[in-house]
Amino acid sequence: MVGQSLEIVRTFDLSAVLVPLLPLVASALTLILGRKYFPQRPYILPVVSLFLSFLLSLKLLIEVLSGRIYEFDLYTWFVAGSLKVGFGFLIDPLSVMMLCMVTSLSLLIHIYSIGYMEGDPGYYRFFAYISLFTFFMLVLVSSNNLVQLYLGWEGVGLCSYLLIGFWYEKKSASDAAKKAFIINRVGDFGFALGIFAVFYYLGTIYYHEIFQRLPQIANSYVGIGDLEIHLPFLLAFLLFCGAMGKSAQVPLHTWLPDAMEGPTPVSALIHAATMVTAGVFMVARLHALFELSPYAMAMVALVGLITCFMAATIAPTQFDIKRVIAYSTLSQLGYMFMACGVGAFAIGMFHLFTHAYFKALLFLGAGSIIHALHHAPDPNDIRIMGGLRKFMPITFWTFLVASLSISGIPGLAGFFSKDEILVYAFFSKYPWGKLVWFVGLVVASLTAFYTFRIFFKAFWGEFRGLEALHGHLPKESPKVMTIPLIILSFGAIFSGWLGIPEALGGGAQFQRFLESVLGHPELQPVDHKVEYGLMVLSVLAGLSGIGLAYLVYVQKPALETLFSSKLCKLYTFLYRKWYFDELYHRIFVIPTLWLARTVVNLVMDAFIIDYTVNGSAHTTHAMAGLFRRFHAGLINYYNWFILIGIILYLIFINFK
Amino acid sequence: MEGLGILSAILWLPLLGILALFLIPREKEELIKLITLITVLLDFILSLILLLKFDYSNPAFQFVEKRPWLDIINSFYFLGVDGISILFVPLSTLVTLLCVLISWYSIEEKIKEFYLALLFTNIAMVGVFISLDLLLFYIFWEALLIPMYLIIGIWGGPRRIYSTIKFFLYTFFGSIFLLVAIIYLFLTFGTFDYTFLVGKALPFHVEKLLFLGFLIAFAVKVPMWPLHTWLPDAHTEAPTAGSVILAGILIKLGGYGMVRFLLPLFPQATLFFAKLILILSVIAIIYAGLACLWQEDLKRLIAYSSVSHMGFITLGIFSLNPIGIKGALLQMINHGIVTGALFMCVGVIYDRTHSRAIKYYGGLASTFPLYAALFMVFTLASIGLPGTNGFIGEFLILQGAFLKDRFLVVLAATGVIIGAAYMLWLYQRVFFEKPSAGVYNLAPMRWNELTALISMVFLVFLIGLYPNPFLDLMRVSVTKLLTNLP
Repeated sequence: MVGQSLEIVRTFDLSAVLVPLLPLVASALTLILGRKYFPQRPYILPVVSLFLSFLLSLKLLIEVLSGRIYEFDLYTWFVAGSLKVGFGFLIDPLSVMMLCMVTSLSLLIHIYSIGYMEGDPGYYRFFAYISLFTFFMLVLVSSNNLVQLYLGWEGVGLCSYLLIGFWYEKKSASDAAKKAFIINRVGDFGFALGIFAVFYYLGTIYYHEIFQRLPQIANSYVGIGDLEIHLPFLLAFLLFCGAMGKSAQVPLHTWLPDAMEGPTPVSALIHAATMVTAGVFMVARLHALFELSPYAMAMVALVGLITCFMAATIAPTQFDIKRVIAYSTLSQLGYMFMACGVGAFAIGMFHLFTHAYFKALLFLGAGSIIHALHHAPDPNDIRIMGGLRKFMPITFWTFLVASLSISGIPGLAGFFSKDEILVYAFFSKYPWGKLVWFVGLVVASLTAFYTFRIFFKAFWGEFRGLEALHGHLPKESPKVMTIPLIILSFGAIFSGWLGIPEALGGGAQFQRFLESVLGHPELQPVDHKVEYGLMVLSVLAGLSGIGLAYLVYVQKPALETLFSSKLCKLYTFLYRKWYFDELYHRIFVIPTLWLARTVVNLVMDAFIIDYTVNGSAHTTHAMAGLFRRFHAGLINYYNWFILIGIILYLIFINFK
Repeated sequence: MEGLGILSAILWLPLLGILALFLIPREKEELIKLITLITVLLDFILSLILLLKFDYSNPAFQFVEKRPWLDIINSFYFLGVDGISILFVPLSTLVTLLCVLISWYSIEEKIKEFYLALLFTNIAMVGVFISLDLLLFYIFWEALLIPMYLIIGIWGGPRRIYSTIKFFLYTFFGSIFLLVAIIYLFLTFGTFDYTFLVGKALPFHVEKLLFLGFLIAFAVKVPMWPLHTWLPDAHTEAPTAGSVILAGILIKLGGYGMVRFLLPLFPQATLFFAKLILILSVIAIIYAGLACLWQEDLKRLIAYSSVSHMGFITLGIFSLNPIGIKGALLQMINHGIVTGALFMCVGVIYDRTHSRAIKYYGGLASTFPLYAALFMVFTLASIGLPGTNGFIGEFLILQGAFLKDRFLVVLAATGVIIGAAYMLWLYQRVFFEKPSAGVYNLAPMRWNELTALISMVFLVFLIGLYPNPFLDLMRVSVTKLLTNLP
């Protein structure tokens, strides 16, 4: 199976088309008919269609495993000049893995939402939107060209916008939705220019043709002003702008924490498991381009590294449980980019895959807690939680699995993928490999710390929310929510077992499968003894984080305020999220609005341009008065006048 | 050529409606509306038949009708369509049809005169796009101003007099240069025949002057920066139908004129001035986009967004390659549909609340959900989301312009960010958050509004997902157009 040459099938394949199409149909029907015909059960169509999509994805997976790749255009979307854009599909190991991941998670989250969203006035709207999202996400990953990727890309952005702003009556929600869309547009601005440039220099927007023609530009330079820029770097940079927006990497990361205004299943599906990983997917898909330029690789690694570290320092200071997990997502996405930046694309995708399960589980667990506390003024605040393990045992155990997995405890999914990233970084031939490894190791410890901070705050000690809940006690969520949690916790353990590295006696099947399209990174000679040493270090890092969290939040709660009081300035800096929002407000929002108001409306339009015309308008003011008196009667004359004129003229030409 | 051609039929069919209206007493309002509706519906169907019968593989003018008209000055009644003008004919009749629909209940005074003016507008709009005789073209071009002037001046808002005068002054000012240039061409070649004039060489300095003469008229109509300030005023004061015609057709005349006349008649000058126009286009995109961020009036905001979008269209035209020009031609259709629909949407709530102030609204998504959904579709099309028609046009334009001038496209593409910002901010202020006091108990949308808006939604997705039939119509004509350029 692995390593054998892949046969490319260029004919139409129905199951590839149906995988995205089914959720689209379900979404459209639910949106149009849901309110009237099935307001109580709007989830039936989306869940059934997604289940079928999931089965079809598995079927495609089996076909790809047996060595077949599908690539075909369903129809030609638009053609102009030499530009041809098809609506097409590419089903290869990379996309089929994404298809399976997206459909399985989306299905579970749909089911979970049946319970979570029950009783919401927008029940049908919610299911219509997340099904639509699933459609766009599937189109994004199964596309065979850049423009269709862009279609899916903007489409998931739209659904993200609609779902963040789902409770649009809240100002914070509608603000967050708008912010997410606009910041993503900034990234997509670069992405779109990247697509234009790819067409300009390579004459195509189809992946396979791009890859064929890449060698032609491997050593090309373009002049921008006095600068000579390496063309592959320029293309990679422009396209990577899109990835930074969608995957919320520094400096375009500020929208993701705010996006937590959306319902929790949305945070799990869109803002943790699938949409935000689209940037990583795109970089992996175009890895051949990025690998042409060491600078591009360095850029990817550096952006990932900064985000990874920054987010991990902010997460421990936040009190909103969803925001903590959101910063954790930023940080984990940073890991994936770090893997890509050292050439280990398949490993980056492996982490993307395992992360999808354990992070979705974390979010849904948090959602289960929020559901139980939803009568509180702010159910997201970890300060009103505590002792929940007695009230919510299933949530407790599954949340524990997810926390252990993300902390890199051996045997769980997160351990295998994160560890592989660190190992590949350490042995990388790229000079920044060791730095990536070191930061990755430090962040592994921080990750365990902040994850177990919320874990202990939520489940240990005494329940602190009695007052907020007016004496009610929280209780476990219904089965429709807990069963997806249980299923996901299997994912959070076993998804990593698909890629157990050789050093631990596994076959690294997952990586080998993807490496048939993503290539194998060049490494320095790997010494297994060193590799074991690295593993021990990273496990120790994780354990130290857990231990520290236990010490601070369980054993000696007095320590909790120590950091914030002793290192007040640093704490505030972290608590205010490195001041990015304030900075952007000062340097982008305020000047733009100032420009809009002052320059455009006051200076230019009012004084310069209108002055001349209004001058002449003033001179005709008297005329205006004249016109006004005439107006009423004038029209009838006009009409008669025109009519007679036209008739005379028709007679004239016909009787000549 | 004997008998009545299909182009003449489309052009003059509304005249039958006009005659009928003259014979009906003004009190029979329902009958007046019904007759107008039937007339424009038939006209629209005729133009669809035209579209179906059009042979898109033939670069020559089709359905040509040529009759002597003013022998003394060698002017002909000369009609014909090619791939460049073909789509504008159904667009014109469609826009009139929509105007009749959405005015059904909202025009309550001088009903007879209003529908007469609309039918005249229809004749003039179609006439401009199918005339191949420069004098005939000029007559329709100017004739369109009269009913437009009346529609804004009589059924418009409180500051309508100021707006109409400004509108008239600007456009009339531009047209004079056009007329002078046309007369110069006639004096030089002794004909107004467009097909004859294409490819005729002129001294370079003359060509440049004539180019500018045509350009000023077109630039005012488009409107290009800095000649745009009449448009927001005209839009703001116009009744909904007036705004829809302005956005749908009137400002397209400028873009159409550029493709039809500037490029083929003055190829040297086109190349000479292309850079200047590209720069003005980029200024328009950014400048008007920024202006949108500071508008407090719904219609004014959409009017400024029109200026920004038209900047994209001139950018596409003067990228002078098939991708850019096809994008621009398609985007003119798209913009007519989307911006027309947005103005109709504003009309829907204006009729119910009599307020255009953005501040007046809020929370409409809760109290008026179907309307909110429709408005959302047009918002997304306006910001060029893939899958909607706006994306195809914008993408082709920017890709085409990228082949011509990479730096300018970087600037122009910032307009896409600004576009998202002002439209989504508008949407947030009008539809999200807590409902404001004035938006409860709005009357549900009526049949005429729903028909008009839902058919626009259909077009948004049809062109967005399957634009090829539309692009195919233009293909050979655009190729031919570009072979004339040196």
